Amino acid sequence: MKVLRRFFIRLSNFIAGRRADQRLQEEIAEHVALQTEENLRAGLLPAEARRQAVLKLGAAQAIREQHRDEQGLPIAENVLVDLRYAFRMLHRSPGFSLIAIATMALGIGATTAIYSVIDATLLHPLPYPHPSELVRIEADLPGVGAHDVGISIPELRDLQNSGIFQGVSLCFFGSDNLTGSRQPTRIAGRSVSPSYFAVLGVDPQLGRTFDPHDATPGFNNEVVISDGLWKSAFGADPHILGKSLRIDNDLAHVIGVMPAGFRDQGQTSEEVGTELWAAAGFFGPPAPPAIRGTRLPFETIARLQPGLSPEAAQQRLDVLVASSKKQYPADYPPQGGWTIHVSPLAETVVGNVRQSLILLFAAVGLVLLISCVNVANLLLARASARGREMAVRQALGAARIRLIRQLLTESLLLFVLGGLTGVAVLFCARKFLLQFVPESLPRLNDISINWGVLAFALIVSVAAGTIFGLAPAWLTNRLDVTTTLRQEGRGSSGSLRRSRLRRVLVIGELALSLVLMVAAGLLLRSFWDLFNVQLGFNPTRVVTIQTSLPNPNDPTTDIYRTATQEGVMLREVLRRNRTLPGVEETAVSDRAAIPLGHGQSDRRMIPLVREGEDVQSSQPPLIDTLIVSPEYFHLLGMNLLRGRLFVDQDLEATPLIAVINQAAASAYWRNQDPVGQRVRLLGRLGRARPDWTTIVGVIADARTESLADAGIPQMYVDIYQRPFKFLTFFLRGQVDPAAVSEQVRAQIQAVDPDLPVFRAETLDDVLSSSLSVRRFSMEMVALFAGTALLLAGLGIYGTISFLVNEQSREIAIRLALGAQRRTIFRMVLRQGLTLAAAGAGAGLVGALVVARLMASLLYGVSPYDLSTFAGVTAVLTVVAIAASCAPALRAMRVGFDPITTLRSE
Amino acid sequence: MKEKPDVLQGTLALMVLKTLDVLGPQHGYGIARRIEQISGDLLALNQGTLYPLLLKLEHEGSIVSQWGASENNRRARFYRLTATGRKQLQAETRDWNQTAAIIARFFEVKAEDLP
Repeated sequence: MKVLRRFFIRLSNFIAGRRADQRLQEEIAEHVALQTEENLRAGLLPAEARRQAVLKLGAAQAIREQHRDEQGLPIAENVLVDLRYAFRMLHRSPGFSLIAIATMALGIGATTAIYSVIDATLLHPLPYPHPSELVRIEADLPGVGAHDVGISIPELRDLQNSGIFQGVSLCFFGSDNLTGSRQPTRIAGRSVSPSYFAVLGVDPQLGRTFDPHDATPGFNNEVVISDGLWKSAFGADPHILGKSLRIDNDLAHVIGVMPAGFRDQGQTSEEVGTELWAAAGFFGPPAPPAIRGTRLPFETIARLQPGLSPEAAQQRLDVLVASSKKQYPADYPPQGGWTIHVSPLAETVVGNVRQSLILLFAAVGLVLLISCVNVANLLLARASARGREMAVRQALGAARIRLIRQLLTESLLLFVLGGLTGVAVLFCARKFLLQFVPESLPRLNDISINWGVLAFALIVSVAAGTIFGLAPAWLTNRLDVTTTLRQEGRGSSGSLRRSRLRRVLVIGELALSLVLMVAAGLLLRSFWDLFNVQLGFNPTRVVTIQTSLPNPNDPTTDIYRTATQEGVMLREVLRRNRTLPGVEETAVSDRAAIPLGHGQSDRRMIPLVREGEDVQSSQPPLIDTLIVSPEYFHLLGMNLLRGRLFVDQDLEATPLIAVINQAAASAYWRNQDPVGQRVRLLGRLGRARPDWTTIVGVIADARTESLADAGIPQMYVDIYQRPFKFLTFFLRGQVDPAAVSEQVRAQIQAVDPDLPVFRAETLDDVLSSSLSVRRFSMEMVALFAGTALLLAGLGIYGTISFLVNEQSREIAIRLALGAQRRTIFRMVLRQGLTLAAAGAGAGLVGALVVARLMASLLYGVSPYDLSTFAGVTAVLTVVAIAASCAPALRAMRVGFDPITTLRSE
Repeated sequence: MKEKPDVLQGTLALMVLKTLDVLGPQHGYGIARRIEQISGDLLALNQGTLYPLLLKLEHEGSIVSQWGASENNRRARFYRLTATGRKQLQAETRDWNQTAAIIARFFEVKAEDLP
């Protein structure tokens, strides 16, 4: 209180520039006068009386200073003075200032850019209240190696009643056909339990969300729409509430509009951009009845009770699982080993992007470090130039701490100006830079330069300025004043320590850039290997284009209910597509069959029951299943190894058949011929009859599911036997992907005008976008590595030039004594090479560690790949030689006139 | 050199406050004289150091000051204790007495007194 009062008065005096000197003068004058009178009374002579009075008062100047310090805030005053001086110093050597500020702008700008991506993606993945309470629930059957098998409605109710969660919600991301507007459109939609928005904790801007206690079976025909859809499809109609729209031919009422800033949770930007939410009970028509054994392959998210940690929740869940197993032994055979686990939603929505982003952040951190080291190096060089100034000031009585503070102010000013410049450039170029961020990043649209990012940039600048400004400041102040003053002009005494520090800094810089280059090299090799991998299918000249059939809740309104009904339409569209100019082949499949081009939610894992196996006693394995038309295999150039493929005669009424790949054959029929074997495919696969399916053929493995993994077991079934709603048409030939969209749309809508047609892509594009995150991180790391190499080159150049300058006297003497110019050249070059060798040595050790850490991001290349390490070291050496050459040449030229050199000192 | 004035300043502030409490409003010279008189020759005080201290106490709100006329009718600045200052004086007197008593007790204790 007291202290605060004093501080504020001093602060206000400081700001107002108020001075009380006049008052003190008067008081002291009065004081001395009174004391003098007193002394006179004691019998002293007037002159002596006054002298004694002044003596008694003490040193008037010191008192006045003390008084002035108490009046204002001396620290703040000093800072202002230092700042003014620092600005003048920067202004005096604009070349130095410009280079230092530009280097820091580069380092801090790049770091801030990556941080802004991380800020949106990793740090704020869930823009909802209390995001740490949100979890994802997954059920696993580790006994059969099945992961995320989904949960059944009775299990969902168990969870809801367990007291562990505030709310639990099932959700299913898909797309819906929205009809009634200008053009049938397909929008990203989610079917959710009514408790969905309660779990997320978000309110609508208009109307209401679903009633969390609504227990209507099937769909309750209520939808909530996004702000974007409200504006684009309904012109921001204020009376939208209660209006009906048709989704997949079902009539639904709009009950609410979400706020403009609302983003759905999800792993892809498509999911995050969901535009429509429909409430579903997930049991009763059209969904299966609520039976414990019928697991729904949907996502489950939940909000934990306040204060409950995921670990504590997991313990209580384990208890719940154990009691369920005891109560319903028939539904949970012990071999399956059924478990439920919760994981923070924030982690699962980020998914595999995390690693890449952390790698990028580490890489850009190294670049920042290198630019800091470079500037520290510059500061050191300048410190030795200013040795005399410092020595003079010290000799005149400046306190050491005061000088350090002033030098620190100068370096802080440099770093902060650099940081501000970097952020300013970043801010101007943000639109341009965002183009390079892959679209698959979940929160792409939320990347921004907000206050948090600005604070980050400022903190980094200040921290870097303090750390890297302190060393030069400290060294400058350890000067021996007399020696410096005496020796100045012939190299100062601190120079030995300083040049040693400079060498260490350059070695560090070289080591760091070697680490970065190795990382970039390994990523490049992985990317190159993946890019050139044997695909097992031929993507060239193939265009895919999607449509989706309405999926009404009332089956009687579905005109494509049976395989035969849908087949008629499919054959007609395929026939029409074949007549398009340039088209040579056509096929149709479900969305999961687009090679490398589908989301994880499109993937269909079907329990595979082999004939002769006891279903009751063992949980069947899950197999990736794709629905395709007979032409699919030939169109994609996939090779048949045994048996036959689908033919036109395989229809709804003929026996069910399937084709598997080599990986599935060796996984499930290790020592037998799979052709002719029979399997039963459980679960909802189109509207399949639960009949036996005969395997008729085996095809060669193709990397359609993952570029990095060739051996994923897959099963193909015939689309004319098992119809599906989300369709992809394939066209091979000389077609223009831009024009083909309209042509195919015309053909499809000639058959059924209510079908939306969207997303025409060439398979080559699909392939390259499946590599987008890898490409992005590879390109970024390569860019950072290049920058690092450039900075390290500049660093080595600067240091060698500096050394040559310092040694010019020595060189001149050597030359005067008859040394060969070549010897001088070699001597300087050797210094550069020594630095490079030391840097490379340290860097190789660091690179080995880093390579080990990033092993999971690599493909097809060992983390200790010899050629990468050797190549990178060679590049570094070449750069070091090139950077030392110029100063070495200059050193040689010194010799043209050794006399002048010697005299100038 | 550096530590001495700090210790002194702590006690000097207390002396200033007590002086103003006993004598009422005083100018700087009056305070200095009074402190000298009471402490005799034991305290060698640079009288000038009083003025930064007075300013500090004023900033802290313990005293206020205003111009007035001195004994010989010259302009002088008079310092007066405030309510806050009086409370501070009481608290510090109590603390000081306590500290002094504790120290005194330490000096009284002899080795044979210990159990």
